[in-house]
Amino acid sequence: MMDWLPGNFSDFWSTYSTLVFSVGVHALLALSIWLTLSCGLLSLANAAFMGIGAYVSALLTLHLEWSFGTVLLAGGIAPAVVALIIGAPVLRLSGVYLAMATLAFGEVVRITVLNLEITGGPEGLNGIPLATEGWHIALLLALTVYGLARLRRSKVGRAFEAIKEDEVAARLMGVDVDRYKLLAFVLGGFIAGIAGALNAHFTFFISPREYGFENAVDILTMAVLGGTSGLVGPMLGASILTLLPELLRSLHDFRSLVNGAILVLVVLFLPKGIWEPRRIRNWLNRNKGKPA
Amino acid sequence: MSANLLSIRNVGKHFGGLHVLHDVSFEVPAGCIYGLIGPNGAGKTTVFNLVTGLLAPSSGSIDFRGESLLGLAPHRITQRGVARTFQNIRIFKEMDLLENVMVGRHEHLKYGGAGLFFNTRAYRAAERRARERALELLTWVGLAHKADMLADNLSYGDQRKLEFARALATEPKLLLLDEPVAGMNPAEKTVLMEEIRNIRERGYGVFMIEHDMRFVMGVCDRIAVLNFGRIIAEGTPDEVRNNPEVIEAYLGKEDAA
Ligand SMILES: Nc1ncnc2c1ncn2[C@@H]1O[C@H](COP(=O)(O)OP(=O)(O)O)[C@@H](O)[C@H]1O
Ligand SMILES: [Mg+2]
Repeated sequence: MMDWLPGNFSDFWSTYSTLVFSVGVHALLALSIWLTLSCGLLSLANAAFMGIGAYVSALLTLHLEWSFGTVLLAGGIAPAVVALIIGAPVLRLSGVYLAMATLAFGEVVRITVLNLEITGGPEGLNGIPLATEGWHIALLLALTVYGLARLRRSKVGRAFEAIKEDEVAARLMGVDVDRYKLLAFVLGGFIAGIAGALNAHFTFFISPREYGFENAVDILTMAVLGGTSGLVGPMLGASILTLLPELLRSLHDFRSLVNGAILVLVVLFLPKGIWEPRRIRNWLNRNKGKPA
Repeated sequence: MSANLLSIRNVGKHFGGLHVLHDVSFEVPAGCIYGLIGPNGAGKTTVFNLVTGLLAPSSGSIDFRGESLLGLAPHRITQRGVARTFQNIRIFKEMDLLENVMVGRHEHLKYGGAGLFFNTRAYRAAERRARERALELLTWVGLAHKADMLADNLSYGDQRKLEFARALATEPKLLLLDEPVAGMNPAEKTVLMEEIRNIRERGYGVFMIEHDMRFVMGVCDRIAVLNFGRIIAEGTPDEVRNNPEVIEAYLGKEDAA
């Protein structure tokens, strides 16, 4: 299929396509957690939502042989419905209590998947057909970025921001705070689910290990590292944290250690992440003022 | 519909064993600037928290334009036409001034998800109108030239004005102002007094809590006096000023100072 390309590109692609795909999937995940962060919710359910999307889509492909498009959609809808159901009770919590409750939810999902027959238990699911292509990921990522960018500039984005800054004031401006929190949670679940479905259909194999606590923290680290004040930050963070372990292969065993260290350093020294438009603009303006 | 915008009847409020309001009753008529005064800790802000639905009364009833507000969520009460400002300013500091005011337009923007995603003509028109209205309100409080500044960078007095514009953006029928001139200099107070009168001319009702006696007496049509959670006097500024109980409880101290 790729023989019209120069030889070294096909070599590159066959070696690194999985890596490039992973960057895209992680970017979707980082954007999914950005949604809840953007209205001040520290929800760590996204790894579990991704897992639900991955399993539901893989099972539909394996057992019912649904078309890939339908399978992707179902992979997004399934965790969104779960988010809708658990959202009402869980989103009453805030701060660290919400983080704990969503992590507990993630454990429930992981242990359920671990113990069910149909999900293959600890061995997971094997032999998922390779259906994901580069353009699928590119298109869905582009649609997500477009949709979120539109959302950000609308009354919904302003409501999210208002809720993040002062919930009481937002309520008294007529914003139905509970409904918008639920919207962010459900949309985040939908995006994470699609990321999971895409992922399942290029890795051939999925298991409960990929959707646990560590992955939840990884997703958060991507968004926080890149910066959550816009959409560029989470994607940048996702790229860095996906490519870094490849560049530092020797450190591979210490990956989570490196991630943890990065999270701590960012929180301490770059509380708004790497990509903070306001800081960058100020910095540029300052340098413009200097004589060359 | 009754001529009273807001009717508060036999309202009591306690926090555990702490009784903050006892049997509070008064009526805020339409087209009127109504003042609620009283010493610190008398329970004035609590009255506002009950009216706006942030707290539920322990007893009594609160009606707005003839309908009960009890049990309504705060955003529903705002949608019915009650807006407020806060004693401790609560603007959205990380947003610019225009966005702050546009949050107040939230309920008036009727587009759905599809209009938003596809950037339809109706969506763009609605957003444009909201922006124009927000700018109009910022102009009115004299902050239009700072529209794209971060709210965090405003002076104290300007933050109060921004809150004022943001509250008006919800198109309220009744505006609750909690100590609107606190921290303002005399010139700013005079300007704000004019603006509050303007608001009444435009047909809004204004219900304000204020400490500055001169200001209250100068601007309010009627005044209720709250002391230790009880209404001790109610009437025109003159009636209130000459009420012996008020003089003892509140004005006396003020005069001595
Ligand atoms: N949410 C609350 N929980 C407990 N006590 C409160 C609460 N809100 C107000 N109070 C108490 O009620 C009393 C009246 O407060 P407030 O209404 O703020 O007075 P004012 O606005 O007249 O100065 C104070 O003693 C205050 O501590
Ligand atoms: Mg008060």
